[in-house]
Amino acid sequence: ALAGLGGRRAMAQDLEPNTLEEISGYNNYYEFGTGKDDPAKYAHMLTTSPWSIEVGGMVDKPGDYSMEDILSGVDIEERIYRFRCVEAWSMVIPWNGFELNQLLEQVGVQSGAKYVAFETAYRPDEMPGVKFPVVEWPYVEGLRLDEAMHPLTIMATGIYGEPIPNQNGAPIRLVVPWKYGFKSIKSIVKITLVDEEPPTTWNKANAREYGFYSNVNPTVDHPRWSQATERVIGGGIFAARKDTLMFNGYEDQVASLYEGMDLSENY
Amino acid sequence: MTPVAQTINGWTRKVPAWPLYILAVIPPALLFYKGVVGTLGIDPVKEMEHQIGLYGLQVLIATMCVTPLRRFTGINLIKYRRALGLITFFYITCHLSVWLFLDVQIWSQIWADIVKRPYITIGMGAFILMIPLAVTSNNWSIRKLRKNWTKLHKLIYPAVLLGGIHFLLLRKGIQLEPLIYLTIIVVLLVLRLPPIAQRRTARA
Repeated sequence: ALAGLGGRRAMAQDLEPNTLEEISGYNNYYEFGTGKDDPAKYAHMLTTSPWSIEVGGMVDKPGDYSMEDILSGVDIEERIYRFRCVEAWSMVIPWNGFELNQLLEQVGVQSGAKYVAFETAYRPDEMPGVKFPVVEWPYVEGLRLDEAMHPLTIMATGIYGEPIPNQNGAPIRLVVPWKYGFKSIKSIVKITLVDEEPPTTWNKANAREYGFYSNVNPTVDHPRWSQATERVIGGGIFAARKDTLMFNGYEDQVASLYEGMDLSENY
Repeated sequence: MTPVAQTINGWTRKVPAWPLYILAVIPPALLFYKGVVGTLGIDPVKEMEHQIGLYGLQVLIATMCVTPLRRFTGINLIKYRRALGLITFFYITCHLSVWLFLDVQIWSQIWADIVKRPYITIGMGAFILMIPLAVTSNNWSIRKLRKNWTKLHKLIYPAVLLGGIHFLLLRKGIQLEPLIYLTIIVVLLVLRLPPIAQRRTARA
């Protein structure tokens, strides 16, 4: 539906993607260290092939799905999305990927399922950052089923038409463009369909600061900084901050998912 | 006093403090130059802001080391302490300026940040505590204030502690680097507690 070319063109309108150097050189991927350049330095240690995702929970066809299995049943397309970090910086990224709903259809979501839980690889030998308990490992994230099924929600496998760099979450990661970046979990090894809201890493670490929803919202501040504006990466030192858009600019497409919900309560 | 301490002290008698002020301008000038020409990495404003803030904390810690160094090793660097203190203030002023003018930019948001956000409130508190110290870091003030000068300059203790906490709180999650800085700061403060400070002096 929304995945149609027209919708995509409209979304990509006046979005100037950041350079690959910016996208792959400035990352939060704490498994490789907490510095913004640590992932670029150390993520090469991660073995990304072979790779498989363990799909389980309330699905018709549970099991280990290899990358080949997954990619054979989906359509890869380019999506140029805004990316807004909870730390109040932003980029524009030209992802290559497929809609998560295609994968979920492939595995058959059972009727009682209400949420999707995701898990990142945890490999102490390949991830120098996990020596430090910055957050609880492995990194876990989750979406409500309707969020997961939304046509804007993709599983990304590439950037700029090339395989996704390791520091950006190779070989396969989630991208939910209307939520803060940490919801878009990287290097996924496990997907589980469940009927209750799954635990999520930053929520476990600090529930007051990071909610389950974490939708981009300029009117609900992070307790330690304002979310009203953002620093656009790539603008140089004298660049003006930009106003943050409701749902990161995807309000038309996603606001209906949260109708009737108090967004300052469900942050 | 050990021979090493004697050698260092002999050497410091010949080296004046004033070149420190000139050398101190180089790091922030270099950061600003790199920021302008675009070689400061992908997020130059944050890099500048964090780097100059970290320099400030490091020089402040160095300032705090002067007294225990003399007490425990006999090495006397006291003639450089004023310069170190003033350089700290210069760096923290740069740090604050980058945050005000290049990072946040929006005045209403700046005030909201200072009032509402603990790590910024704490950082601002540390800066404000340092203002009277910087203003009175001259011979005239020492003569005028006499004993009160020493009392006033004890404000550096809460200031450095607030600085360390500011660094810890601004990171996402509890991270190792700010914890190391905070540990060093706490050790330097503990060394000034009367029981420890007096015992050492007595033995010396």
